[in-house]
Amino acid sequence: MGVEQPKTLGSGFVTTSLDKLVNWSRASSMWPLTFGLACCAIEMMATGAARFDLDRMGILFRASPRQADVIIIAGTVTKKMVPVIKTVYEQMPEPRYVIAMGACASSGGIFDTYSTVQGVDEFLPVDVYIPGCPPRPEGLLYGLMKLQDKIRAERNTFGAAIGVGDVVHNKA
Amino acid sequence: MSDQVIVEKLKEKFSSEVLNIVEFRGETTVTVKKEQIVDICTFMRDDFGYNLLCDLCGVDYLGKAPRFMVVYNLYNITTKQRIRIKAPVEEQDANIDTVSTVWGTANWHERECWDLLGIKFNNHPDLRRILMPADWEGHPLRKDYPLQGPDREPYKGRLS
Repeated sequence: MGVEQPKTLGSGFVTTSLDKLVNWSRASSMWPLTFGLACCAIEMMATGAARFDLDRMGILFRASPRQADVIIIAGTVTKKMVPVIKTVYEQMPEPRYVIAMGACASSGGIFDTYSTVQGVDEFLPVDVYIPGCPPRPEGLLYGLMKLQDKIRAERNTFGAAIGVGDVVHNKA
Repeated sequence: MSDQVIVEKLKEKFSSEVLNIVEFRGETTVTVKKEQIVDICTFMRDDFGYNLLCDLCGVDYLGKAPRFMVVYNLYNITTKQRIRIKAPVEEQDANIDTVSTVWGTANWHERECWDLLGIKFNNHPDLRRILMPADWEGHPLRKDYPLQGPDREPYKGRLS
């Protein structure tokens, strides 16, 4: 985090930039919304369970969009599901992030048909795409770590939250 | 009562309605005209105890006339007997009477058949779409419905 103990102030003081503090707290407690739509959800559950243990990274699944920071679209998105996902996404407090998990959520996958959305990026701003059919838990973990990198690279996150300027997205 | 006896009695009562009877590997299929389908189904339920409608579905025989076939798979829970009834439906103004008055489960089956194949069920209590979104246009399980939807170029193999 770049915490320093400046000599002039003596011990008992630490200094850091507000960006780093805010980004550290956001990246260390990404609470995803449980949004399993197909077989990817099974891998997502496995990632959350004891063997891979998402809790150790501060990632706790929430059942309510109002308590969530990240929505993991885990599975095939049908056109009938789109208004539901949109509603749930809009209920999430900002800043909010989207992970497209698996081939279906990223591109429609094998379901190149009339009823399937050809990738959730048609209607949601996706931050991380995770390939695989379904991705193994390692893949999801890597995707979540990529999102953490992305959050850590953001600048002026606190300023944007209080209405001063916009978030600057630096390359992670 | 064996399948043959049941089919004979059905033929006796609805002689002008029965079009075809096929027995294949122990499965009996009776093709009937669609006009008296409710009477035929009521007869099958009340006189032969086919008290469960396992499945009701539609088939699209594109290029043939009549184009559609509505298939009723019946089951007698007491004697564990099965029978299949089929009724042809023309493409033009495709419709058939509802059997949801005979078996309540037909309600949702017929809604699915309407939703995906566009076969109208007369006197149905609630003929809405059941699988596709309510504002969907067209009936996607018809053989002439483009696989990737009407707003995209038709599928031309794996490189399209």
